[in-house]
Amino acid sequence: MQISSSSSNGQGGRVRAFWSAQVGRLFGERSRRHWVDYGFMAAFVVLLLIAASASDVFFTQRNVSNLFRQIVTNGLISLGMLVVILTGGIDLSVGPVVALTGIMASGLQNHVPLPLAILIALAAGLLVGVVNGFLVARFKLQPFIVTLATLSAVRGVVYVYSETPQTPSNPAFRALLGGGFVGPVPVAAIIMLACFPLVWIFLNRTTSGRAIVAIGGNEEAVRLAGINVGTHILLAYVISALFSGIAGVLLASRLGIAQPSVGAGYELDAIAACVIGGAILGGGGGGAAGVFGGVLTLGLIDNLLNLFNVQSYYQQIFKGFIILVAVLARRKER
Amino acid sequence: MESPDFLQMRGIRKNYDGTQALRGVDFSAVLGEVHAIVGENGAGKTTLVKILAGAVERNAGDILLDGRPVELDTPLRARRLGIRAVHQEFSLVPHLTVTENILMGQMPTSRLKWWVDWPQAHRRAEEILEGIGFAGINVRTPVSRLSVSHQQMVEIAKAVAERPRVLILDEPSAVLSQEELRRLFALIQALKQESTLILYISHRLDEVFEVADRITVLKDGELVGTVRPQETEQGQLIKMMVGRTLGEIYPNRHTPPGEEILAVKNLSREDSFTDISFSLARGEIVGLFGLVGSGRTQVARCIFGAEPSTSGEIYVGGMVARPKSPRDAVKAGVALLTEDRKRDGLVMEYSIRDNVSLASLRQVSRWGFLSRQKQDTQVQSKVQELSIRPAQIRRLVRQLSGGNQQKVVLAKWLLSQAKMLILDEPTRGVDVATKVEIYHIISDLAERGVGVLLISSELPEILGMSDRALVMREGRLVGEFTRAQASEETLLACAAGVVQ
Repeated sequence: MQISSSSSNGQGGRVRAFWSAQVGRLFGERSRRHWVDYGFMAAFVVLLLIAASASDVFFTQRNVSNLFRQIVTNGLISLGMLVVILTGGIDLSVGPVVALTGIMASGLQNHVPLPLAILIALAAGLLVGVVNGFLVARFKLQPFIVTLATLSAVRGVVYVYSETPQTPSNPAFRALLGGGFVGPVPVAAIIMLACFPLVWIFLNRTTSGRAIVAIGGNEEAVRLAGINVGTHILLAYVISALFSGIAGVLLASRLGIAQPSVGAGYELDAIAACVIGGAILGGGGGGAAGVFGGVLTLGLIDNLLNLFNVQSYYQQIFKGFIILVAVLARRKER
Repeated sequence: MESPDFLQMRGIRKNYDGTQALRGVDFSAVLGEVHAIVGENGAGKTTLVKILAGAVERNAGDILLDGRPVELDTPLRARRLGIRAVHQEFSLVPHLTVTENILMGQMPTSRLKWWVDWPQAHRRAEEILEGIGFAGINVRTPVSRLSVSHQQMVEIAKAVAERPRVLILDEPSAVLSQEELRRLFALIQALKQESTLILYISHRLDEVFEVADRITVLKDGELVGTVRPQETEQGQLIKMMVGRTLGEIYPNRHTPPGEEILAVKNLSREDSFTDISFSLARGEIVGLFGLVGSGRTQVARCIFGAEPSTSGEIYVGGMVARPKSPRDAVKAGVALLTEDRKRDGLVMEYSIRDNVSLASLRQVSRWGFLSRQKQDTQVQSKVQELSIRPAQIRRLVRQLSGGNQQKVVLAKWLLSQAKMLILDEPTRGVDVATKVEIYHIISDLAERGVGVLLISSELPEILGMSDRALVMREGRLVGEFTRAQASEETLLACAAGVVQ
């Protein structure tokens, strides 16, 4: 406002005002926010450039399709994680849910029809979300503690269900979901990609979504507005478990075998993707578009370093570095 | 049914962790009146209206609306009965837009009940703001980017949006400027015409006398009486509130100011203030007045090193000091008592002892280890000096009343032997009796040679306490008045930019 009012005298002033407005648009407070919000994009572009200049394999159809298959699991889990983080919570139990649904879907199809097997597996996963959400919403327990407990308990349940890996017998299971392709595009990737706009719409256009976003900002305000806070917190954990469940089924289908040990550390990758994508732990910021960027960035790092035959230990160092840069860039906003 | 009173609350009781906040209050009010509720901190005003708003559940008693008993166990139920409240603590969601905050819980939806209609929502929010005379706030802005007073207006808009029959305003004016307060009063008059019942809680008695039709006084969880402002004097009301007459509200001081302790020269900070110069002497109280948003608080934070300045100099005790952090400032003997004591001044989950000794840990240590004995004796002496109640140094600060919390912050800086105190709204949200006590403490400190910079938006406080008064407007120092020159009119005209 001051810029325009102070320089309305004369031609020179007007030209200066125009340019300062342009500069303001690029580097002003509002656009700084955008730069920061989409900081992962810068990282993303840099990574792509490195890839393009150094590797002739990267842009092959095979590798790109591989990349997308690799990020399916983290993409789905991160979406669920985002919804929970928006309420001010966290879900550490996603890894075992992946293992649980994977192993149940693989094991059950020997006894019941395939669709039923998948449904039962997903329902079992949902149950974990219900337990998490109920404990957090009803007893006001800390989400970190609650999901830490279920992280351990559900892992145990997985081993009780089957100590040994389960191999899905139905060939359709493999061919269709995790291993299937539409043209060059993996089916699993299509499912994951479709989930992002769905979550975006849910969070921005539905009353429940808005309630979830609001809860992380000021739970009391939401309560005083007459919105049922508990139900929405429960819903968030159920959504998280649902996405982990889908990820588990797709993973087992792609690998052709369901390990009871699968999913260790998945919660950390999902949290990392959310944070890189601009979500604020404790609630009060974050969205599906950002998370997609976060997932893609993490996926690219893995993919590239693999192409360059870098040891996975270095990949971890690099990931840690990226996470720190992401939160440092956003530091001012809090 | 035979009673004409729209709202009746009978025998309301409420206990919090063993302390009785309300001990059987009978309160009633009629539609179309502005009914003020006054009382000291901890008298139970807020608890009473929170029960009515469904935010707190009562332990006993009946509430009748229009002659019918009602259950008010949730905010939603209260809302459905037409009761809306603006609570003391903000109930906004910072990262959401003005629209969403105003319409929270009643966002317009399309034919599908769970589908938000955004264009219509923004339009509705704009209409609501305009309809109550608060136009000029961009409804698409996240509320975290609004000024505190605009946030408060959003808060009020939110409560009024549904045209409630009962509107509760709990300390609505604390963060509003004079001009905004006028707008609020205009809104209150308009709502009154539509026969809304307005319950108005405020510590500022001038305001209460101006706006209220009836005033109910609470004390220690009991109703003392209900009076009409035309038939009552302020002194009488204060007597009802505290149960005794107050002595001199503003103490007299006799010691003349000593040598200069603080000099600020051409201090500027981008976006908040420009070219501020003034000085402060030992034993002097300098008042700094300005409307909300005039940059007063930012100046204070700069002197204290909590925010960097862009240019200019600060001298403390004749030495150049450009405090880079509060730590530097505290070392130089500067102390800051902030507007928001819960956020900046106190560790709520610490005891009185730990809070008071927080800025002087070295002083209560021996060989680098905390000495419980030293700590206890020194803290105890301050607690007695300032008559902090309860005088139990192990009591958690969270459990104290607002006034006593403020005294704990004062005790902290007293113990640290600060040479200069910056007080930013030291009596905001504090009851009258504690206010007077705080004034005496401040005065005592000045007598002992401490320089005090008193920031306040309450004119009587500035006029009653200061040797000199400075006025800020839009980030600039626009006036300096000696005690003899200063009056409510001159200061206010100066702060509002009215040429006389």
